[in-house]
Amino acid sequence: MSIETTPLWEVFIRSRNGLNHKHVGSLHAADSNLAVQSARDVYTRREEGNSIWVVRSDQIIASDPDRSGENFEPAADKIYRHPSFYDIPDDVGHM
Amino acid sequence: MEDKTPFINVLISLGDDHLILGHRLSEWCGHAPMLEEDLSMPNMALDLLGQARNLYGYAVELEAKGRTEDDVAFLRSDREYKNILMVERPNGDFAHTILRQFYFAAYMKLFWESVLKNGDGRLQEFAAKASKELAYHIRHCGEWVVRLGDGTEESAARMKAAVDALHPYTNELFDVTPDFQHCIDGGLLPEPATLRADWDASVEQVFQQAFLSVPEVPFPQTGGRTGHHTEAFGHLLSELQYMQRAYPGLTW
Repeated sequence: MSIETTPLWEVFIRSRNGLNHKHVGSLHAADSNLAVQSARDVYTRREEGNSIWVVRSDQIIASDPDRSGENFEPAADKIYRHPSFYDIPDDVGHM
Repeated sequence: MEDKTPFINVLISLGDDHLILGHRLSEWCGHAPMLEEDLSMPNMALDLLGQARNLYGYAVELEAKGRTEDDVAFLRSDREYKNILMVERPNGDFAHTILRQFYFAAYMKLFWESVLKNGDGRLQEFAAKASKELAYHIRHCGEWVVRLGDGTEESAARMKAAVDALHPYTNELFDVTPDFQHCIDGGLLPEPATLRADWDASVEQVFQQAFLSVPEVPFPQTGGRTGHHTEAFGHLLSELQYMQRAYPGLTW
């Protein structure tokens, strides 16, 4: 199977209602129909989920790894951005 | 008490269809043209084995002679298997395998749906799950028939060759043995002839998209239902039965 006839697709599975779709891996498929079907066969054999998204890998725009310094490192010394300086009342329960 | 033998025989012959086709599909494990199909085909094979287990299990329960589903699956001789010939044919290429799967699933889905409307109560329990599984087999295999038929010059030629080779075996899906007729009369099973128009339509629908046509079949291939198998069947059984023959009673 050549790459031209079966491009790469990224697969996202939602494990339960209310949760997010999470990236689980990728596969090759001729088109979107077969990509969803293959995703079902490859990634949901053990009841991993109840919803599947697929997207062509070449349609994903990614950040440049060479720029990860300027992108992400400035956040490293800004611990005050984490909402972890509050006492949460017991009544609020799980947040 | 009513003689249950005809019904038991039919349950076993239907179980044989599923076991043998499941076994054939499992032969692809590790050999599929791409990883995705290498998972998809054994998935379908496992669905078929599950359905075979239901059918055999029900049969030996009605029979009440102490046989187990494994005895039925592994310890009979070739003439005692009553599967249709189509399911025992060698896999051929991917087009052959996927088309055979489509033909069979398209029939069994109609069969189970008909059982659900009017059939044996216990079979109705199997039918609900089986028809969901088969709906997926039809969709997946149908998609591939379309893609290969409407694909490259080579894939279209292979798909057409598969149709020419396998279509003569499809009539046997609708064959009614005396035992089967007995079950129809008793309201246990649907009459296959009533499923024919819908089966033809579902094949036609996929074939149209795949630029395939249904060939004339001057000489339908039948014989499996009476235990007259093709040469390939003995080889299949020798592999299927090897473990239980060499190590009787072996379990996981």
